[in-house]
Amino acid sequence: MTALSRRHFVLRHGLAGLSLAGLSPRAMAQPASSRRKLVVILLRGAVDGLSVVAPWADPAYAAARPSLALGSPGTEGGVLRLDSLFGLHPALAPLMPFWSEGSLGFVHASGSPDPTRSHFDAQDYLESGTPGRKSTPDGWMNRLVAQLPGAAGPTRALNMGTTPPRILAGPAAVATLGLGPRALYSKAIDQPALQAGLAKLYAGDPSLARTFQNTTEGRSLMQRSMAAASEPAQDMSSAPTMATSATRPPSAESADRGAASARSFAADARRLGQLIRRDPNTQLAFTAVGGWDTHVNQGAAQGQLANKLASLAQGLEALAQGLGDSWRDSVVVVMSEFGRTVRENGTGGTDHGRGNVMWLLGGAVAGGRVLGEWPGLDTAALAEGRDLAVVTDYRHVLAPLLQRHLGVSDAGLAAVFPQLPVWTGMPGGLRLLRA
Amino acid sequence: MCQMMAAGPGSGPMERAVLMSRRSGLQAAAWGGLAAWAGTWRPVFAQAGPSEPLAQPLTAQERAVHALCRLSYGPRPADLAALQRLGAEAWLESFLATQLRGSAGGQVLPEAVQVRLQGLDTVSLSQAALLGRYQEARRLARLDKAGDAAVKGAENGASNGAAGVVSAQEARRELVRPILAQAAEQRLLRALHSSAQLEEQLLEFWFNHFNVFAGKGPVAALVGSYEREAIRPHIWGRFRQMLGATAKHPAMLFYLDNAQSVAPGFRPPARLGDEQVARTRGLNENYARELMELHTLGVDGGYSQADVTELARMLTGWTVDVRGALGRQGSGDLFEFAPRRHDSGPKQWLGRPVTARGQAEGEWALDVLASHPATARHLSFKLAQAFVADEPPEALVAQLSRSFLASGGDLRAWVQTLLGSEHFWQREHLRSKFKTPYQFLLSSLRVLDAQPQDMQPLLGALAQSGMPLYGAATPDGYKNVASAWMNPEALSQRVQWLSRLNERTAGVERASRQGGSLLKTLAPLLGEHTRSVLAQEPAELQLALLLGSPEWMRR
Repeated sequence: MTALSRRHFVLRHGLAGLSLAGLSPRAMAQPASSRRKLVVILLRGAVDGLSVVAPWADPAYAAARPSLALGSPGTEGGVLRLDSLFGLHPALAPLMPFWSEGSLGFVHASGSPDPTRSHFDAQDYLESGTPGRKSTPDGWMNRLVAQLPGAAGPTRALNMGTTPPRILAGPAAVATLGLGPRALYSKAIDQPALQAGLAKLYAGDPSLARTFQNTTEGRSLMQRSMAAASEPAQDMSSAPTMATSATRPPSAESADRGAASARSFAADARRLGQLIRRDPNTQLAFTAVGGWDTHVNQGAAQGQLANKLASLAQGLEALAQGLGDSWRDSVVVVMSEFGRTVRENGTGGTDHGRGNVMWLLGGAVAGGRVLGEWPGLDTAALAEGRDLAVVTDYRHVLAPLLQRHLGVSDAGLAAVFPQLPVWTGMPGGLRLLRA
Repeated sequence: MCQMMAAGPGSGPMERAVLMSRRSGLQAAAWGGLAAWAGTWRPVFAQAGPSEPLAQPLTAQERAVHALCRLSYGPRPADLAALQRLGAEAWLESFLATQLRGSAGGQVLPEAVQVRLQGLDTVSLSQAALLGRYQEARRLARLDKAGDAAVKGAENGASNGAAGVVSAQEARRELVRPILAQAAEQRLLRALHSSAQLEEQLLEFWFNHFNVFAGKGPVAALVGSYEREAIRPHIWGRFRQMLGATAKHPAMLFYLDNAQSVAPGFRPPARLGDEQVARTRGLNENYARELMELHTLGVDGGYSQADVTELARMLTGWTVDVRGALGRQGSGDLFEFAPRRHDSGPKQWLGRPVTARGQAEGEWALDVLASHPATARHLSFKLAQAFVADEPPEALVAQLSRSFLASGGDLRAWVQTLLGSEHFWQREHLRSKFKTPYQFLLSSLRVLDAQPQDMQPLLGALAQSGMPLYGAATPDGYKNVASAWMNPEALSQRVQWLSRLNERTAGVERASRQGGSLLKTLAPLLGEHTRSVLAQEPAELQLALLLGSPEWMRR
């Protein structure tokens, strides 16, 4: 059994068992929208979308990338065929079963309408949901919390990571799951006497009081979720007093803007999936993975980018396993602040570009297709003569997910994405979700 | 002093800055006057509504405590005792003068710390020696890997790099890790113990502004040298000098890839051998972009994608003499302008034609960038944000920008303008900045007079709090605003740390005793609410609660 088919087996039989049980999501009762989940994974640093979903059949692709272009399907190190134009990076082979069963799809040539090639501005616009407007104080996922139908709770939105992302900044409560296996071990902050004393100290300080309440409530709910699970939970009693594992100096595994590196992503992603499944109140989750800024020696079928993608694929597989039977109610969106130059640069890498590919995974996704209008790679079609153009606004990919998957109203959508341009593509918008 | 008083509120900031830098010999006296002025200045808020009472000017005591919290990594018990002994006015006068002199004023480190610093044998190595060590580590790793592959190949006919990777890590550990650990130790020792506290804060500010990441290849070995040679000597100098020093330091040349950016079509000589260099075929615009976006003009500084590409072309040939690291003699500095790698074609940058002048093109570009009004504004915003408020007053940013431009980027005059500005001393800014993890951890150790012998727990706590030292992966460095650090995970890490300090300070009994004395020490910082809550909490929690108090979370 090869690695690929073994993974495939695990997916088919160990995960939701949908195919074996003969239950397609379509045949099951529509889950209440409150059970529906949206997980957003931001690849900070601008992943090279033309290597993720490569237009292998476009002759301009290989011509622009003498040392980086991936080969045709069937060749050694070639792409995994998605359709007559596109192929998946071979390091993402673990995701092919999702593609085959229709729970993985892509929207190519997508991104922000704002033309900045600054990582920091572009991430900011992606997270604020207001491209070109810097004064927006909050993030679109935080605004989304308030627009979800039903009552909110402290764990309705989860952030996984050590620093608060812009996308979740705002008035709505957000629970935070730290990185690493010990994130939910009992800590000093969980000790009742200290906790009570601190709560009294912060009573006169609104911002600290709110953060502290989010901290303690979120932790206690997450710990309960993990402890109450039928499968062996982490041993909460053997709490180490302090971060004995984290006394290493920084390494290449350190984060971009606090984003976890892809290498440690799988274990964390599994834990995140488990938490989402076990807490029925949790509907939104966010995490970020850094290290995609491949200016030098990016590599093709093997190398730097391939290694990162392989780790990310393992993480997404682990997330799906952690989600378990919540997978069928989930949409996982993977996106990045912008794409990279069509032509490789002088140092075996790519520089900052424009259009990228958005990934959609999950049982609720109508996958197996590469969506979005493809502008092509002819010089005339490129943005500023060098970059894949942005044809589909990222908000037009997210909007149908918010409305049809999460049940957000028209007014709610306008609150999450103010000044959303009118959709001028296919009538009805992109068909991203299963009917 | 009278002149200073006269030059105070009424006259322009520029005059003040110029006056101050001219009269550097009389700085102490001048600063006394300034300190007094800061207290007597009455703000006039034309826009303040009738329902909004005018903010009371700070008392001398408030000014002193504010300066201590903002311009140092937090008060030590001795500082607060001195403040009490000398009186706020006299103490502040002497404190400000001392801080503005920096380490030029003489011995700033205790004897014991000096001895420890002298024991760090890698912190004075040349660039060549450091890069040589890194290359040696890589060579050993490759040998190990090749040898291992050969053995494995002989054993079972298949190569397996995994064991080789382990050996590579060991090689790196032995040769490179002590360099990074020692760099971190010297940084923390100075931050904790130097009496030139403002200088240490400015060092952190500028390092972060010109951030490099120790996780990227040779930067691990070079980051300490970068801080020592490119940042520290220029803290009180001219911005142009620091900009040039960072541009030419191998840590930056490697981190943002300019070392490998060459004229299109250039073929490196084969003898270099290094596969990274051999792959070089043309332009890499990484450094040129961040040079304008982050180091100088700012993202809205008015440049285009074409300007990024053109600047990258102007900077081709600015590279690292890697052979120098392999034993060639000299100063040990590895910057090299390699004319063959330089693109000498015609260029157009920021609306101006650029004639082919080799290295002088890049030097000219740095001149233009260093004196650009957009740069003055960008830097002034960052300084005001770091030292005054997350959203700094526009008038202060403008005042700092003018000072920067008028003085030709004189960083001492610039910092003097900051401290001389009425905006620094406004009541609304008292304890308004939420500490970063770095500031929180260092200030907690300082207020306990802790003398950590092993820095690893501190480095570990920094990493866990999302702020590993030398570990900011992206060139924008770490943020210093509350929105970046006030969140549940950060808060639980902070509480974890202070509860550990509580235990570490040796047992419940001592902790409660220390809590009592700390309460006395910190009394000037604490509000009524905090004092009344603490009065009702058990003795063994006093220390943890004090360090977790809202007043201590901020500075």
